[in-house]
Amino acid sequence: MRTYEVTFIVDPVLSTEEIKSTAQNYIDHLKGEDCEIVDLQDIGLRQLAYPINKRSTGVYYSLEFKSETGDIVKKLELALKRDERVIRYLLVKLEKFGIQYNDDKRNGRIGKALPKEESSEKDKKPQREQKPQREQKRKPEPVTAVSEEE
Amino acid sequence: MAKRDDIKFLSNPNIGQSKKKYCRFKKYGIKHIDYKDPDFLKKFLNEQGKILPRRITGNSLKYQRQLAVAVKRARHLGMLPYVTDLMK
Repeated sequence: MRTYEVTFIVDPVLSTEEIKSTAQNYIDHLKGEDCEIVDLQDIGLRQLAYPINKRSTGVYYSLEFKSETGDIVKKLELALKRDERVIRYLLVKLEKFGIQYNDDKRNGRIGKALPKEESSEKDKKPQREQKPQREQKRKPEPVTAVSEEE
Repeated sequence: MAKRDDIKFLSNPNIGQSKKKYCRFKKYGIKHIDYKDPDFLKKFLNEQGKILPRRITGNSLKYQRQLAVAVKRARHLGMLPYVTDLMK
């Protein structure tokens, strides 16, 4: 049993129903191929970092699924490639840490496990902020010393 | 020069002693680098969107490799730019 994750960008020009049906379409497609759908993550409309097919925004979807054999990969990639509604896709196999990460994220533990990342961010940011503060503190110190001496 | 106690050093004495770098992934136990999280990945890029070298970020080789893959995936998905100026 392998876990795969396919992320694709749907053309934002389509109506919301069409966009939703696109994602549902792939779920049905995968279910028809004896795959177990783990999760569909709707990331939503995002600004693209560079234009793709003359579009500057895109609707992101991330679909995690399990498959007994790898045969589905080629079929799904072909379907995505032929689909006019999908402007970009990426299919990757998830290793155990990736599965765990997605699981944690779904259960909101990343909100607290992300704190690991966020705390690391927070830890990092204060450090970065502290540095200038320290420098600022150090600079005033001699001045105060001078004033005391004076 | 008269007594100027506020000028003690010609150059900043803190310049030579840099903080020891460390691998954030090892330190905070991040085992999977998510390619769908561009804000996190941006910390490892320079202003032009290039991946920073290990000698600057302090990442271990294992995670630098994974990071590079994640950044490249994010670029493919249009979450990070391939080339840019003034990203930050």
